[in-house]
Amino acid sequence: MTREIRAELTSHNDLKVRSKLRLGRLVKVGGLVLGSSIVLGACNLPSFAIYKGATTQGRDTFHLFQLFTIISIPVLLSVFVPLLWAIVRYRKKDDSIPKQTHTSIPVEVTYTVIPILIVVFLFIVTVQVENKVTAVSSHPNLRVNVVGFQWGWKFNYPAFNVTKVTQGVGGSSVYPQLVLPEGETTTIHLTSNDVVHGFYIPQFDFSRYALPGVNNYFDFTPNQTGTFIGRCSQLCGLYHSEMLFSVKVVTPSQFNTWISQQSHSTIGA
Amino acid sequence: MRTESRIYVGMGVFFVLIVVIYFLWSGDSGNSIFLVASALLGIMPGLYLGWWARRMNPRPEDVETVTANEIEGVVGYFPSYTIWPFVLGMGAFLTALAFVFGEWTAIIGMGFILSAAIGGTLSSKPKASSHK
Amino acid sequence: MTIAPERLEELEGQPPQHGPEPTGIFKWLTSTDHKVIGKNYMYTSLVFFFISGLMAELIRTQLFAPNNHVVSPQTYNELFTIHGSIMLFIFAGPFVFGGFANYLIPLQIGAPDMAFPRLNALSYWLFLTGSITMLLGFLTASGAAAFGWVAYAPLSNSTYSPGAGPDLWIVSIALVGFSGIFTAVNLVTTIFYLRAPGLTMFRMPVFTWNMLVTGILILISFPVLTAALIMLYADRHFGTHIFSVKGGGVPVLWQNLFWFFGHPEVYILALPYFGIVTEVLPVFSKKPVFGYKGLVFATLAIAGLSTGVWAHHMFTTGTVLLPFFSALSLLIAVPTGIKIFTWIGTIWRGNLDFKTPLIFAIGFIVAFTMGGITGVMLASPPIDFYTHDTYFVVAHFHQVLFGSAVFAGFAGFYYWYPKLTGRMYRENLGKWHFWLTFIGFNVTFLPQYLLGLRGMPRRIAVYGPSDGFTFLNEISTFGAYLTAIAFVIFLYNFWISWRKPIPAGDNPWDGHTLEWATSSPPPSHNFHKLPPIRSLRPTWDMNHPEHADWKHHQDETATKKVNEKEKAL
Repeated sequence: MTREIRAELTSHNDLKVRSKLRLGRLVKVGGLVLGSSIVLGACNLPSFAIYKGATTQGRDTFHLFQLFTIISIPVLLSVFVPLLWAIVRYRKKDDSIPKQTHTSIPVEVTYTVIPILIVVFLFIVTVQVENKVTAVSSHPNLRVNVVGFQWGWKFNYPAFNVTKVTQGVGGSSVYPQLVLPEGETTTIHLTSNDVVHGFYIPQFDFSRYALPGVNNYFDFTPNQTGTFIGRCSQLCGLYHSEMLFSVKVVTPSQFNTWISQQSHSTIGA
Repeated sequence: MRTESRIYVGMGVFFVLIVVIYFLWSGDSGNSIFLVASALLGIMPGLYLGWWARRMNPRPEDVETVTANEIEGVVGYFPSYTIWPFVLGMGAFLTALAFVFGEWTAIIGMGFILSAAIGGTLSSKPKASSHK
Repeated sequence: MTIAPERLEELEGQPPQHGPEPTGIFKWLTSTDHKVIGKNYMYTSLVFFFISGLMAELIRTQLFAPNNHVVSPQTYNELFTIHGSIMLFIFAGPFVFGGFANYLIPLQIGAPDMAFPRLNALSYWLFLTGSITMLLGFLTASGAAAFGWVAYAPLSNSTYSPGAGPDLWIVSIALVGFSGIFTAVNLVTTIFYLRAPGLTMFRMPVFTWNMLVTGILILISFPVLTAALIMLYADRHFGTHIFSVKGGGVPVLWQNLFWFFGHPEVYILALPYFGIVTEVLPVFSKKPVFGYKGLVFATLAIAGLSTGVWAHHMFTTGTVLLPFFSALSLLIAVPTGIKIFTWIGTIWRGNLDFKTPLIFAIGFIVAFTMGGITGVMLASPPIDFYTHDTYFVVAHFHQVLFGSAVFAGFAGFYYWYPKLTGRMYRENLGKWHFWLTFIGFNVTFLPQYLLGLRGMPRRIAVYGPSDGFTFLNEISTFGAYLTAIAFVIFLYNFWISWRKPIPAGDNPWDGHTLEWATSSPPPSHNFHKLPPIRSLRPTWDMNHPEHADWKHHQDETATKKVNEKEKAL
């Protein structure tokens, strides 16, 4: 099975794996301890209206987003506080000419070096999370083929020969449901039949383009049960807004019951 | 002239750096071509300007402490009004519309372009309004 | 009081001889004067700004309520496509590099005109006809282009978007693109070859610097777009398969080509506005630009980096090298941050005169900082996976682009309005314009961040009542209406200043740069006399000899020499 996947991987995926290896080594030494401790420490902080991520991958994204938001607060203040101070304090009082300051090297160096340090730190954490989010397991518990088309989705469980597909077009569509087992890793193989679509599950904190001619692979490991809405994020024509689907995460045993109840090649929701 | 040259060459060199990193890291030739072209776009005019800068004395605008008696010669010839750019523009517009509405607009457009070419050439003799 | 090294030097014996100048419509049709063309550009792009703004209001009206049917999905798609295309290709860019730059660059560098006046006129006609072509799509049977301003293949090919509308879109962008390339050639040549004596590169105003860098970026990026458009047209009509899988083509190639143009384009739209702000802030705080050289190098760094970050628009395609593009995209925040801190440094300990241009400039800093910070978030691929193509991105780029093109754009408009017309606008109305725009703008776009985080994709024509998007969309639409009212006030201000003029004088703001050394409006061929250019701020030096910059530089050189001597000893 692994072999098949490897063969299917397009060159860019190869490229990603290679770059991951190199960068991974680079980054692990410096950033791992620092980065992950801060990311983990962020657990009890406010969520800033960001979805917490119903998959382990999504949870990592959430923590990264949270970290970025927290760092952005002092950065924002470092601009707004002096700005406000200047507005209040240096309002025109008379026609005097203020001191003509042309530059101050220490100040310039400060506002160049500090942003660079922040950016380097952000990059290191980004690469760590990015590697986790984009990692594709070689032995997933389940594989699902997802195809986007105008205007709907097709979910195919190749191991069980079960297929779910959107019925109807436009406002009267019947949306399909993608059923996933909780706590198990599912590899999604995403592609498109016609134009570019965006496979987007807001509560998984994740989206990926369904591109014609490109095979995209990514993993979901849901960490909570429930039903989540899925959407098309990339404009794909007239009924772009109607390209909905739902994702239902159930326990593995419920999943097994559900999949065995499906007659082969069932169509519809 | 030297600063102008350095801006271009500097950008070109930066793109060379980027393309080397990008190509070695990704092995992606398609996108690397863009960057190579951008690098050339920086380096070629940059070297040309640099070449001229070496061969000529600094121009008045490159000298920080220039005085009035160092300035001589004509700045350039600046026409004040002419209809031909408008005619040429309409010609280009009609020709471009041929890609949507069919050849007939291009025939009219080409007429405009041709007359603009002739008219523009005839009227472009420098008159009295050259600038010092 | 010391006397400047040289008083006004005579650069010209006599003003140039001209025949009778044409007036009215003939002036508009035949002028090659950069000032006339610049104004034509400005007013044309403003008209298109209002047209496109009306489309935005329609879009917001459609999104006011769930399952709304103000417009059909087809019309909705056409509206946001043309709204985006007009705002980016016809308003934000040409307004500043066709309008302001055309008008101001020759004035700021003491030149009589642009280097190629007739080419300049041709650029304007290509721009105008291209802009009209963009609207022609609405008159065709199949409607205007409806594939978004990015025109992703294969949605933009003849199978999925048949008809004349998309072809008109292609022709329109090609015409406007050529106009942009010609203007860029003109700007770069003018800046390199027509500077006044003594005006070295490092004495150019920051606006001129930014326009130079913008010109170079246009020369790098627009040809790529034109090439991509030709390929798209060939795919649509000549049976090639460059962007379709069927014939062995690669759809992602379009995205690469488009964004290789598209990301520099973002900075083509932003850098000139940074330049405007950097002109406005020093004048209204009576101080020189803080860290001028640093600012110039930051601009050059932005230009370089912006050409290497295009694929951050394609993180979710799964076909790009994530860490490379993420690193460069994050890095571009550094020079941008330098600029923001430079602006604060400029107003720091100044004598701030809160006229409309300054208020707009500060509004720009506020909007741009927020948009910039969310931009850093989007540079991180995992965050981008979550928010890509949602309203989070919509809010981000509107904060950046509306922040630039509208706040900084109008800061510049009010600032140079006396120079353009010789008249003064109404200060109260200007302030009303600012506050309504500022409130309207934030009320419109801040809720959209939340909408994006709650999972509302961009470009959807309808959403359901149970999606939880309703309330935030209502607020956003309300804000959009408020912004529209602000622009009615602007138009009234414009009208009343025209009908009941208040003469402004040549230099109402105590400006620093050369354009304030000539009359308002400037004479044909700009200058009868130039002040001596001994620093970045010739006009300031002339008017404030006791605080002149050249003295500062002299002191600096003297200290350097003393230090060197000491070292030598």
